[in-house]
Amino acid sequence: MSTVPDDLRYSKEHEWVRADGDVATIGITHFAQEQLGDVVFVELPEKGSTVRQFSSLGVVESVKAASDIYAPLSGEVIERNVKVIEKPELVNTEPYGNGWMIKVRLADKGELNQLLSPSDYRSHIGETAGAGGD
Amino acid sequence: MATETPTLRRTPLYERHVALGAKIVPFAGYEMPIQYEGIVAEHRAVRGRAGLFDLSHMGEFFFTGTGARGALDRLVSSDVAGLASGQARYGLLCNERGTIVDDVIVYRTGEAEYMIVVNAANIAKDRAHLLHHLTDDVTFDDRSTGTALVAVQGPRAAGILATTTKDAVGSLPSFGVTPARIAGVKGTVARTGYTGEDGFEVFVASADAEQVWDALLAAGLEAGIMPIGLGARDTLRLEARFSLYGNEIDETTDPIEAGLGWTCKLDKEFIGRDQIGAKKAQGPTRKVAGLVVDGGVARHGHEVTSAGEVVGRVTSGTYGPTVDKNIALAYVPTALSKVGTALAVRIRGKDVPATVVKTPFYRRPE
Repeated sequence: MSTVPDDLRYSKEHEWVRADGDVATIGITHFAQEQLGDVVFVELPEKGSTVRQFSSLGVVESVKAASDIYAPLSGEVIERNVKVIEKPELVNTEPYGNGWMIKVRLADKGELNQLLSPSDYRSHIGETAGAGGD
Repeated sequence: MATETPTLRRTPLYERHVALGAKIVPFAGYEMPIQYEGIVAEHRAVRGRAGLFDLSHMGEFFFTGTGARGALDRLVSSDVAGLASGQARYGLLCNERGTIVDDVIVYRTGEAEYMIVVNAANIAKDRAHLLHHLTDDVTFDDRSTGTALVAVQGPRAAGILATTTKDAVGSLPSFGVTPARIAGVKGTVARTGYTGEDGFEVFVASADAEQVWDALLAAGLEAGIMPIGLGARDTLRLEARFSLYGNEIDETTDPIEAGLGWTCKLDKEFIGRDQIGAKKAQGPTRKVAGLVVDGGVARHGHEVTSAGEVVGRVTSGTYGPTVDKNIALAYVPTALSKVGTALAVRIRGKDVPATVVKTPFYRRPE
């Protein structure tokens, strides 16, 4: 698994976005889960609610502390990952897979341009460019 | 004008923690490992196998002389005078108001020799408190800096420690203390700990700390020993419902409401005795209760509510990996402290259901 997959976009607050048409899947990055440590609780918005870009959408709690998750994009929540609520450790084990958080119907696709590319995110977290694989 | 910047101190094992990949955080003036592999993995290692802790930040005070026994018996809430040589006991340092200055373990290491181990954050305060009350027939020596403390805890701790010494540490009873040679190094071994498991604490000179640490880690390799950071130390002690100074206890709390009345020998003279006795007689208005929280993680400082009213405050809270529940300790009114009482913890503005449960949350299998 790459720690910063090339097919995603990223926020400075360590969320990732997989855009597919006007639907985006959102989660937190490998770097974020590593910083948090063992995730034991995830709080996500209800289906049908709306989230606003760069506002808090929910919370992840590790053994040690609670951290906000920020919405990288605005839109309506069309699905939330029930599996990750039941098994919060998926955030640690599969941050880009079964550890995803919510799916959002995008309000403004233009917002995608405000997110970081994989290489920009790599330098944001202090990884040298191109050091994507592990 | 020269200004002093407060610098963090390092234990003699700091380089070992870095080499083992620990995350280092400031704690009580020291740069300490909070975790190596991860809190949950480390927690499980101690419950199921063994864990190795660097507790060299803690304070060690030594008392010798004909007056040592009497002086400590007056300073510590528990039955220090009743300790035989080679025995240790948990107790509290209290002030004249009957509130808690620190919690300590007193070790009687010889006929007229005692050691007490105090919390790192309280070393200076405790030293002042103790010196203020000591008489001329006691010699006091603060050896906190020169003394390293390594703990090996868990069901496999005794077997691991035994392979590093010719001394019969395995036959040491719980709360026993003895001089021993560990990994060729002269030290003191006690069957004490802060995890809810069987285990040992090994006191050696700081210069010998690495030798002892390396030997125990190597001796425990096959048994699955792991180095354990402060993160798992906290989840382990909380499951076992051990108080933490600064959380459940401090100078605004008394032993009765903290659930530590059992450490107070009220039929002897000790500082704070009369106030604690009076508190016990009238009954505490609030108590530390154990909570299981359903739908969120309670943290230190969160409010406890009952029917929407704030009635108390969480002193410690976490996810307990062994009990697999979100657990907390909180001060609540005595009337709301009974097992089964339905309360709530206000987490990010929401009242999350919580139930008062029996503590300890975890008790090790016999």
